[in-house]
Amino acid sequence: MDNSQKRILMAKTGLDGHWRGPTIVARALRDAGFEVIMIGMASTDDIVSAAVDEDVDLVGLNVGGHIDVAIRAIEQVQVARPGLPIFAGGTIPPHAAKQLEALGVEVYPPGSQLVDIVDAAERLTGTR
Amino acid sequence: MDLSDIHTLLESARNGDRGSLARLLSQIERSPVVESELRLALAGTEARAVVVGVTGPPGAGKSTLISSLLGPATAAMGKTAVLAVDPSSPFSGGALLGDRVRMQSHGLGECVFIRSMASRGENGGLARTTATAVQLLDACGWQLIILETLGIGQVELDVMDIATVVMVVLNPGWGDTFQANKAGLTEAGDIFVINKADKEGAAQTRADLQDSLALLQSPVPISIFDTVAVQQQGVDALWNGVESYLCSAREQGLLAKKQEKRRRRLLMRILERGLLSRMYDYLDSEHGSHRLSAVLRGEIPLEVLQAEMLSSVEAKKH
Repeated sequence: MDNSQKRILMAKTGLDGHWRGPTIVARALRDAGFEVIMIGMASTDDIVSAAVDEDVDLVGLNVGGHIDVAIRAIEQVQVARPGLPIFAGGTIPPHAAKQLEALGVEVYPPGSQLVDIVDAAERLTGTR
Repeated sequence: MDLSDIHTLLESARNGDRGSLARLLSQIERSPVVESELRLALAGTEARAVVVGVTGPPGAGKSTLISSLLGPATAAMGKTAVLAVDPSSPFSGGALLGDRVRMQSHGLGECVFIRSMASRGENGGLARTTATAVQLLDACGWQLIILETLGIGQVELDVMDIATVVMVVLNPGWGDTFQANKAGLTEAGDIFVINKADKEGAAQTRADLQDSLALLQSPVPISIFDTVAVQQQGVDALWNGVESYLCSAREQGLLAKKQEKRRRRLLMRILERGLLSRMYDYLDSEHGSHRLSAVLRGEIPLEVLQAEMLSSVEAKKH
């Protein structure tokens, strides 16, 4: 058994009901051997407390709604868990992607391959 | 991880640092050595927390019910921790831990600590480290610990070895009178909940359960509650039921008696696990793996290997 299991938090920001994307990504990460903690659509406070209490190694954000909401969540996670890697997906327009990347967040826009996302998770959590 | 780090983390976790507590919980999952060290460090700490076990089949609404109980539970008992177990894949080792989805936005802030755990190959409805995690949370001042098992069938009842009170969550249309009289699940509960009670068949399920439970001759009467957790219906009555169970079980000396039994089963389980891991160590060793191959080729009988394995475990002791 793999004793160095890595834990990934998957959350959605904003008031947006598109579940398919994050669910498929969570499933691919599960199949790659990760423990994926789903919290669904969540407020900034919920995301921050889950990142701390669950001692995750990576946060995956599905960005829905306004980009400012995602940015606030990212900034607060970075305060609570300095150095914790974060990656993001969802319908993120290029200018918004630049804002996220400026915060050190890797962005996987629509059209990204699952295999690339799994690779990124392995790289960011240090299993590869 | 350095074993001395564990003591540093434990100290700050006991002083209320959630990050340290969270970190310890992952470290014990990753390493049985760390878990043993922590158990040693916690030995002698008085167990004070009330542990409410919540079990039942997948999709019965356990997580939603727990979420709906957080309000009355924290009001009555203060700081409340939830440990929620979901299954690991026997194929990839990965897991999708989704209980927390139902427990968002409780608005209770620092008063609630929720932690998801993957079962990692355990077959009793919990994870290897759940018992240690409960002990740790207790030592860190979490007075109420709600323990959610993964969705179970009829016999994955390890929760009995840890919980002060076991709540079994079922739904209308769950089985019939024969189902209600089968061994296992219906013998393990101290409190029964028919959740999604607005669905058809709630009365029949209640009647079947009632008949079955009446024959158990429990010293403390076992109650059945109807809830619709998503609408917060019946939840206050259920929480009152938990409190009155605890009260009468305590009065009748049942809690102390059960605690003794629980401790015994738990200790046996830890001993078994320790022995088992020593036996696996033997099979993984150079000599052991050769002997195993010989058994597989039919050159030596299994019984010979078994005897060698046991004497190697015996020899290591000295």
